[in-house]
Amino acid sequence: MAYSEKVKDHYQNPRNVGEIENASGVGTVGNAKCGDIMRMYLDIDDATGIIKDCKFKTFGCGAAVATSSMATELVKGKTIQDALKVTNKAVMEALDGLPPIKIHCSLLAEQAIHAALWNYAEKKGIKIEGLEKPVNDVSELEDGDEE
Amino acid sequence: MSKLIYMDNAATTFVDKRVLDAMIPYLSGKCFNPSSIYDGAQDVHEALDNARGVLAKSLNANPREIYFTACGTESDNWAIKGVAHANAAKGKHLITSKIEHHAVLHSMQALEREGYEVTYLDVDSDGLVNVADLEKAIRPDTVLVSIMYANNEIGTIEPIKEIGELCHKKGVTFHVDAVQAYAHVPIDVVAENIDLLSVSGHKFNAMKGTGFLYIKKGTKISNFMDGGAQEMKKRAGTENVAGIIGMAKAAEIAFAELDKRMKYETEIRDYMIDRVLKEIPYSKLNGHRTKRLPNNLNIGFEFIEGESMLLALNDLGVCASSGSACTSGSLDPSHVLLAIGLPHEKAHGSLRLTISHETSMDDAKFVCDNLPKIVERLRSMSPLYEDFVKNK
Ligand SMILES: Cc1ncc(COP(=O)(O)O)c(C=O)c1O
Repeated sequence: MAYSEKVKDHYQNPRNVGEIENASGVGTVGNAKCGDIMRMYLDIDDATGIIKDCKFKTFGCGAAVATSSMATELVKGKTIQDALKVTNKAVMEALDGLPPIKIHCSLLAEQAIHAALWNYAEKKGIKIEGLEKPVNDVSELEDGDEE
Repeated sequence: MSKLIYMDNAATTFVDKRVLDAMIPYLSGKCFNPSSIYDGAQDVHEALDNARGVLAKSLNANPREIYFTACGTESDNWAIKGVAHANAAKGKHLITSKIEHHAVLHSMQALEREGYEVTYLDVDSDGLVNVADLEKAIRPDTVLVSIMYANNEIGTIEPIKEIGELCHKKGVTFHVDAVQAYAHVPIDVVAENIDLLSVSGHKFNAMKGTGFLYIKKGTKISNFMDGGAQEMKKRAGTENVAGIIGMAKAAEIAFAELDKRMKYETEIRDYMIDRVLKEIPYSKLNGHRTKRLPNNLNIGFEFIEGESMLLALNDLGVCASSGSACTSGSLDPSHVLLAIGLPHEKAHGSLRLTISHETSMDDAKFVCDNLPKIVERLRSMSPLYEDFVKNK
């Protein structure tokens, strides 16, 4: 498996591993059947909409750990609107690419963030502009993404 | 990390220095075609005959029953498709197990596409085929039963002798994929009622691209390669002389030390199994505890995924393997682990370590010392473990 140096760095020294107590939003995506499960915790400042902290837990391969780790780095300190721009492509680019069979990991990371934001919106009873209900099975997204 | 600890001998082995030395003359000076008539060529022919003799003797077979092939996969393909095609008039039903290597399973599937019928037997939670189940599955039109000697992932050794006995009582040809077992445990094709047996050289310190198929005299099988007169005209093609000489040398060495190696490997294996199961909670041995290859340990760790374990071991210079989807190149975990009844998340968390006679006790200790830390670290970042702890 040819992983980039950045991917290696992130699975060897993952950033922001852990939980946030009383998190503003928590989202879990993936399932054991496909071998990857990601959970994201967000601490959001209600007044400014800024993501003050982001932590993750992941069950999965090296790419799953690295994409979650990178995703947390990318959304930390951003506003919700900017966090929505952290797509799977952005995560992949930040990691200097992923082997094709691991692209679903980056989709999972993107969906994990969306799931945490969705949870936050539900709790607050608000609607986040541009946020669609996250999917648990990313294989549907993947097919459209490979073109 | 300078030292490499190689614990993936089921994937492939290193060529023994003595094997290489035996091969070299046939790669440089003695590179004649064994089918030619002059003295040098006849010497090569004789060397091939000797090699055939060594390999035959190791199985209690006749040299004329040994057919050189290019790998274990070829031997499996030939045995299964060859027997099916040659016996199509008698029947078009075959039986195998759910835990065979893909070389067997995909050969069976190819036959299904041709209109054959295949029964895939379940195995128990240790990976053992049930002989009574097999008896029930045999029909008047069954032409072949193919069961592996030992499983490549979980190391379980099947009741080959009993299966062979049953097959012979029922008049069904019996093929055994012995790729992982040959030169690792003793095999006697006569006493164990085996009609065809697949072997691969690179699993016992010979080079890749070598192998053979034992075909009992009188077995109906179609040719694999049409062409020249090599391999009793059944598998034509100029022989891989150096490879074959090396494979026979590797067998000679392995069988001379077989008892010693088995005892030594079993000791290291059991040391590692005992320590890992004792020191790491929520771990479980996959495969049978005693009916098991001496060099195989396969342990499932709950709440974590195999590839991330392999990467952490790789950082320490340890080469290992896993049944997780990520390592199989698909999204499904190993069919073997699913067949022994593991749910997906547990099948993803398996670690296979396959040692050899060259594995030192220090290597075993090093791995056992480090595994608990790796598992603990991965669990600390696993959402499955978090849920488990919270719900406890
Ligand atoms: C049980 C079994 N059968 C067949 C094969 C295929 O052998 P080869 O690599 O020589 O084609 C292997 C190799 O992994 C194996 O373990």
